Amino acid sequence: MARSDVQLMLDVKAGDEQSFTLLLHRYRTPLVNFLYRMVRNREQAEDLAQEVFLRVYKAREDYVPSAKFTTWLFRIATNLALNSVRDTRYQRMEISLDAPVTVDAEEGDEKTLDVAEKNPNIEQHLVEETRKKMIRHAIEKLPEKQRAAVLLHKYQELDYGEISKILQCSESALKSLLFRAYETLRVELAPLVAQHGK
Amino acid sequence: MSCSRMENKILGYVDGRLKESERLEVEKHLATCAACRLRVNEFRAVSSLLDELPVIEPSPAFDLRVHARVAALPVKQSWWAWFPAPRVAIAAAMLLLATVWVGTRPNPAPQIAQDDIPVLENLDVLSNFDVLTELPQPVQADDGGQANPQM
Repeated sequence: MARSDVQLMLDVKAGDEQSFTLLLHRYRTPLVNFLYRMVRNREQAEDLAQEVFLRVYKAREDYVPSAKFTTWLFRIATNLALNSVRDTRYQRMEISLDAPVTVDAEEGDEKTLDVAEKNPNIEQHLVEETRKKMIRHAIEKLPEKQRAAVLLHKYQELDYGEISKILQCSESALKSLLFRAYETLRVELAPLVAQHGK
Repeated sequence: MSCSRMENKILGYVDGRLKESERLEVEKHLATCAACRLRVNEFRAVSSLLDELPVIEPSPAFDLRVHARVAALPVKQSWWAWFPAPRVAIAAAMLLLATVWVGTRPNPAPQIAQDDIPVLENLDVLSNFDVLTELPQPVQADDGGQANPQM
């Protein structure tokens, strides 16, 4: 039977390095995805995810299972992501409008659209990429806290109580935050939403 | 339920996270409100669109980097670490006790043999008794230590 997150963390606290590796394996992918969708840069997302694990390890001796492990983990991740986004906000504004059109591939590397790519379904491929790009950009345009709320709610499937603790707001405020975020997404993605209804 | 109260319920309804009583309340409202029905359908569409983003995998070196960063952490020493190893501590404690014991021990009076007491009592007389200094030096006998018969 798999040990719970809290049990693993208590084992790490007791000096069991193997338990730390198990937690790493359990949460590396959700963390990297969450951070990638927050900061929109794979390398930075991985650096931040490593920092999250490092902070978990450093805090092992003081760990007290007063809340769910995921609440603690994603609270660290969210704080790091929000700080990072705020730090790089002005750098992003300096990106030249003359830069080549790119598809921010989920594989992480920014790929330049190559129309001459030898893909038999190039048109469909382009349609799908454009669609994904629209979704990613719609998420990216959300204010940071709304974005974090949507990502934690949609992709990590955390409950309202957990997310409100992570974002340090009331459950009522969180529901309002999520409603406004979905309203924005509904407007931004209106063409796709309309297609979806057909 | 009013449309404004739907704000806090609509997403929970879309995700199936409402309690049974809340769900029934929302459905009662939806049965009579076309605007909120449309909103629910649009939120469902948004939720489905968000599902389309693929999951990325961390790079193969991710674990190694985490372990390397953990290994590079400075070793945290507790205050116990300042204490020496038990053997050294015991040896040091014994040495300290021995030093204290020796230091606090009363000084024994010098032992004087009974035969020496009369000599000591007349030490002043003897040290100033010039006749003793004029005595001839004893001669070493060749016959195995026999005393001089002339003396």
